[in-house]
Amino acid sequence: MNWILSPLEIRPDHRHRIGPKAYALSLMAREGFKIPDTLFLTVDAYNAFVNAAGLRERILIELNRKKFKDMRWEEIWDCATRIRNIFLKKQIPDALKSYLTEKIQSRFSGKTLAIRSSAPDEDASGSSFAGLHESFVNVRGTPSILDHIRLVWASLWSDAALLYRQEIGLHVEKSAMAVVLQETVTGNRSGVVFSQNPNDETQVIIESVYGLNQGLVDGMVEPDRWVLDRDKKTVLSHKPSQREHWMIPSEHGVETAPLPEDLSRRPPLSSQEALGICDLAYRAEALFKAPQDVEWTIKNDTPYVLQSRPITTLSPGETQDKRAWYLSLHRSVENLKALRTTIEETLIPEMTKTAKELAEQDITVLSDRELGHEVRRRWKINQHWVNTYWEEFIPYAHGIRLFGQYYNDAMRPDDPYEFMNLLTQTKMVSLERNQLMEDLASMVRQDRQLFERLKAGEPLDLDSEFGEKVNQFIEKFGDLSCAVTGGTECATDTRPLFKLLLEMAVNPSSLASRKKPKDARALQQRFLERFQGPKRKEAEELLNLARSSYRLRDDDNIYLGKIEAQLLSAVKEAKSRVESFERRGTHKSELDDLKSVIQDLDYGTDNRKTSLRKDEYGVKINPRQLVGQPAGPGLSKGMARVVRQHLDLQDFKHSEILVCDAVDPNMSFVIPLAAGVVERRGGMLIHGAIIAREYGLPCVTGIPDATSLIHTGDEITVDGYLGIVTILQKNL
Amino acid sequence: MAHYKDITKQIRELFINQKLAVLSTHHSGQPYASLIAFAGKQDLKEIFFVTSRTTRKFANLSADSRVAILINSSLNMDSDFHEAVSVTALGNAKEINGAEKDEILGLYLSKHPYLEAFATSPTCAVVGVTITTYVMVKNFQQVMELHIDQ
Repeated sequence: MNWILSPLEIRPDHRHRIGPKAYALSLMAREGFKIPDTLFLTVDAYNAFVNAAGLRERILIELNRKKFKDMRWEEIWDCATRIRNIFLKKQIPDALKSYLTEKIQSRFSGKTLAIRSSAPDEDASGSSFAGLHESFVNVRGTPSILDHIRLVWASLWSDAALLYRQEIGLHVEKSAMAVVLQETVTGNRSGVVFSQNPNDETQVIIESVYGLNQGLVDGMVEPDRWVLDRDKKTVLSHKPSQREHWMIPSEHGVETAPLPEDLSRRPPLSSQEALGICDLAYRAEALFKAPQDVEWTIKNDTPYVLQSRPITTLSPGETQDKRAWYLSLHRSVENLKALRTTIEETLIPEMTKTAKELAEQDITVLSDRELGHEVRRRWKINQHWVNTYWEEFIPYAHGIRLFGQYYNDAMRPDDPYEFMNLLTQTKMVSLERNQLMEDLASMVRQDRQLFERLKAGEPLDLDSEFGEKVNQFIEKFGDLSCAVTGGTECATDTRPLFKLLLEMAVNPSSLASRKKPKDARALQQRFLERFQGPKRKEAEELLNLARSSYRLRDDDNIYLGKIEAQLLSAVKEAKSRVESFERRGTHKSELDDLKSVIQDLDYGTDNRKTSLRKDEYGVKINPRQLVGQPAGPGLSKGMARVVRQHLDLQDFKHSEILVCDAVDPNMSFVIPLAAGVVERRGGMLIHGAIIAREYGLPCVTGIPDATSLIHTGDEITVDGYLGIVTILQKNL
Repeated sequence: MAHYKDITKQIRELFINQKLAVLSTHHSGQPYASLIAFAGKQDLKEIFFVTSRTTRKFANLSADSRVAILINSSLNMDSDFHEAVSVTALGNAKEINGAEKDEILGLYLSKHPYLEAFATSPTCAVVGVTITTYVMVKNFQQVMELHIDQ
């Protein structure tokens, strides 16, 4: 069993065991290209690891919890997170570990290494996997090198890689990963050359940065760019960059640092050097008989080839574009930090201001024509913010996943979601609302007369302390009857709110008693103590970013809801005017516009039909145990309350289990009453899962057809550890 | 979530592809499991097997007709954990005699022709189990119940 091969040992039949990236390097080494000192870890090493650790079936159980096509990307990320954590926790078998240690130490004797993925699947698919798997640079010391080899192996199962393999029809269960171990060549200039411009076959493209190539490949450092004539081998243009940063080796890996001023004044390559790099690309193209994309670095004026691969030229809309989308699932820290500034300093204040301005406008004084215009204006405003939500707020959720990976890499916890404990208990708008509800419920509980009056449905004394507090609550959060925050027009009175307050009054401290004990402070301390110096600062920054991302994950819908509520109030006014005229049997031409506006904006309701049916032989099917994703640890048992539309929430009773298609923050005010949460949408980043964790409730997400397979009144158990919902029946 | 037609189809496939099943009976509360060669009807209403009347299982089901039958597609491989489908059928067993016995034997022997001598022996009984419920497990822990109208 050859676990490690050196470039000059490679024969053509090794290609499927080391992957095309490694194979290309071996050919280049044989042809006299200067490459860093290199060893290849074959797929046999990967297989030895996964077989010894029993990982192969473990991975397949994870991936087969439900049909892949039924999984949302958030669920796939959850899956990938769990698999990655298994790789991190499992030790390399002793025989393999000793072998690798001996080979690495004797070959590289204490040098730092670049550890790169080389997936044989690339050959099978004919597709480029560039960027889908992980590579690491400047890794120091054998234990850390072995650790990073596991991380490269694990990246075979990243969410982006899973999605891409699925899309191009590869059998994930047959995938394996080879690894390239290269001495780190700390070039002072690096770059990429395309021997043929994918968009213009007469040109060669060179991009170059100061420092390590990782800065360019990761998109952290903007490159200078040269365009050359392919035939004449002359420079056609040179586009300089700002040259503000470079990526350099640090004690533990690499870091982006300010570029020294003397370097920032001149391009990383002279014209002559650019032509030299162009020659390198021509030689690679001649060797592989196809245009090449070559990564290189220059050390002591000598160019080294880091890797070379064929240029994939696909038309827009083909696979290449989708790979780019999968790659966009991963956001850099810098990108997220910029997004945070935009969201917190610009977007949220603007949303709040917009909602306030709309609320202050008295639409009842508008003429019918003006009202029609106002409804359309509000619809456009609302649409603008819905688009902003998808474009800016949703991507910001990646802050949570980025931190999760960072935490798991550092802490190697048994529970891959342990990091969530550091994010919960942040100040969220929905928690503030729920606390106010708890305060109101407490007033009802202590005042028997008030309790009885609310129960009997008697009108509320607006001047009382309770009345004032209710009004303040409604002003801020609406009367809970609307599916959007701030809505007060869906019900004719405050019954939904009062019904819930009565239920909370009868069942005191349902909120406090279920909050799980937190050791977040100790956990945070343990986490941060793992890092020293600049790394500590980086860890703190990421935690801070993740907390903001987590908080916004819940708050964004509430801000959005406040704007939508103002749209709905204008629609309601318009409807009321039209209905009033129609009742009187009169016609007014100005109302025609209002009518068409209302038609444009009429929302349909989702009436899902039950899927429990009988077939031609009289077979009736009932669910017994449904598998989703574990999203909040704990076990609970109770009656299901299936919520298909917002008004179903007002019937929610203490200790029931909320079963719904998708919880959003405008629904989560019943959570303090609930014993558990079950949701069709999957993933740990969805609102239902976040709010359930805040209250320490068992939560299972990603149950397909949850609201049609489970019925209100069914007795169910929610196993938030395993992600299983069981529908209990007394008799078989 | 598999559609109900997928589920019934999978049970029918188990009827065709699996030759053996595990029968559970009991004697005075003591559970007893035995391996049987089985056949099933496409309408899923009945499962059949043949057993000698001297066996413990036959004595048990004669005393209490309630039985459970486990049929599964496992191959004794790691992949069973995500690929295998398992069905537990619950029902009432009784010996089949008369004209119906010939019909059932024909069905049974078309699946198990090598058991002809055994199945037609005078000492053997053809047993039919009228199924009330199937409990199907797949994807490791996904469980659905099928209730049969008899």
